[in-house]
Amino acid sequence: MKISWFRRQQYVQVKLDQRGEQGALWVKCAGCGDLVFRERVREKHGVCPRCGAYFFLTAQERISLLVDEDSFVDVSRPIVAADPLGFTDCRPYLERLKEAQDRTGLPNETVVGRARMGNTPVVLAVTDFRFIGGSMGSVMGEQLSCAMDIAAQELSPFVLVSSTGGARMQEGIFSLMQMVKTAAARRDLERACVPFVSVMTYPTTGGVFASIASLGDVAIAEKGALIGFAGRRVIEQTTGERLPSDFQTEAFAFDHGIVDRVVERTKLREELIRVLSFFPVGRSP
Amino acid sequence: MTIEDLIAELQNKLAELRKFARENGRDVSAEIAELEEKVARISWGPRAWEQVKLARHPSRPTTLDYLDLLMDDFYELHGDRLYGDDKAIVGGLAKFEGRTVAVVGHQKGRNPAENHACRYGMAGPAGYRKAARIMGLGDRFGLPIITFIDTPGAYPGIEAEERNIGGAIADSIYNMLRLRTPVVVAVIGEGGSGGALAIGVGDRVLMLENAYYSVISPEGCAAILWGDRGRAPEAAAALRLTAPDLLDLGVIDEVVQEPAGGAHTAPKAAARNLREALLRHLDELRAVVPGELVNQRRRRFRGMGICEGAVETMRLRNGE
Repeated sequence: MKISWFRRQQYVQVKLDQRGEQGALWVKCAGCGDLVFRERVREKHGVCPRCGAYFFLTAQERISLLVDEDSFVDVSRPIVAADPLGFTDCRPYLERLKEAQDRTGLPNETVVGRARMGNTPVVLAVTDFRFIGGSMGSVMGEQLSCAMDIAAQELSPFVLVSSTGGARMQEGIFSLMQMVKTAAARRDLERACVPFVSVMTYPTTGGVFASIASLGDVAIAEKGALIGFAGRRVIEQTTGERLPSDFQTEAFAFDHGIVDRVVERTKLREELIRVLSFFPVGRSP
Repeated sequence: MTIEDLIAELQNKLAELRKFARENGRDVSAEIAELEEKVARISWGPRAWEQVKLARHPSRPTTLDYLDLLMDDFYELHGDRLYGDDKAIVGGLAKFEGRTVAVVGHQKGRNPAENHACRYGMAGPAGYRKAARIMGLGDRFGLPIITFIDTPGAYPGIEAEERNIGGAIADSIYNMLRLRTPVVVAVIGEGGSGGALAIGVGDRVLMLENAYYSVISPEGCAAILWGDRGRAPEAAAALRLTAPDLLDLGVIDEVVQEPAGGAHTAPKAAARNLREALLRHLDELRAVVPGELVNQRRRRFRGMGICEGAVETMRLRNGE
């Protein structure tokens, strides 16, 4: 992940090992500090039953939050990250990938599928932050592009829910080029006159924010989201400026005209159903 | 131990191994190949870093220098028509070999006062919106477009974020995918991340020999992955950001030779080579029907990326 993210009150981070332990009955909420019943958090779609703070959602949890029950059909392509540069920092990239796969049980960070929302067919793409910061390399670029192809061909609205730190540095220039690749696929959606709703959650930053996530017909920020291009530290170090307390929050994005609406997690599904109902789909331009 | 010491040590080992093989008649070619590869890998570090330093050399020719040297006339246009005029991006109409072209490039400045005014080529939203405006002008009048990339990255500042720098970069990329006229991109110095790519969506992408182009600065990469900005030389090597690397990876089309010692030692010679390459590519592109150019450009970038298990869809360049 390129852009560092930071913990905020509203959106709490659950330690990954806690998530991983299927047996653990209780999790600690970093918002209120209370131990809360794990199953209860899951039922509430990752919202703390005590204080309302948001836990990270896995891609799977995000999908079940949004789609009509049992309507999701995974159409992700069977691809995994390659290591085109033979990249090694303190650890080889392939080792990091393997670890992320073992830890999350996912082959890669992107899940795409056909689904229904309020009975409207959609193509939904979700990124999973647990997998190397949900960062965009060649795999995400390809998955999102193929998802947009399907949406354009089938005239189904495209919904992207981002949770990503930005570009995947370990894939070097190829990860940078995914910004153009996804934008190119987005052109086909435009040609087919298919609506694209971009949902930005915590965090939507760096190269994904500066490409596909910013190219929606409608931009919705989940409450508690972190939205921006450059990381806080980089800005502070480069400019010496003191950052406002609401910097790059969903409220900041809304106030500066970067998103259309800010929506609470529990209302996100009905919000998407409603906004999609306004769009004629597949009219020739 | 420095990298140079390490290389020397490995070279010694190699020599011993070869001697051993000769004297004992044993086949140690596998071991030798392994060592040679290691030496090559390690010695690439300092070389990549040297190139990054050359790309950032304070007297390296800037976009305006090349415009002076390449164009018969340059009529600069200012402002994004929305908010301001970002001096980190220059652009306008120019006459190149008797034809009008639209030009856009990052401008770093040629002295400390200019560097400051141009923020070393770190453009903000107004810069990218000005760039889009000028490229739009080229599109409307059927003019070929030439862009010059030379930036450490987009400007990281509060105001840039307030005015949606991320959206401005995304829009600029998207805009370039629609241009119906030929677009040739030249990376002349630093190709820093999204701020470079925003004006880098071309039918042809050329790079000067000592330029670099990367998803993140070597320092930024080193800080995040190594936890130490001082490891930037290693990050520079790992990122494969030099012009020959990127040609190997199929991301750029041509490396434009610089005079020995770098473009700053003989700017006219560097400009001559660049002129020849630009002309050649523009001529080739002139033969393509305008609508087809957009399709080719889209396919070119659509095909970029390498994954496992999906070779057939990868690296589709120009619809091959």
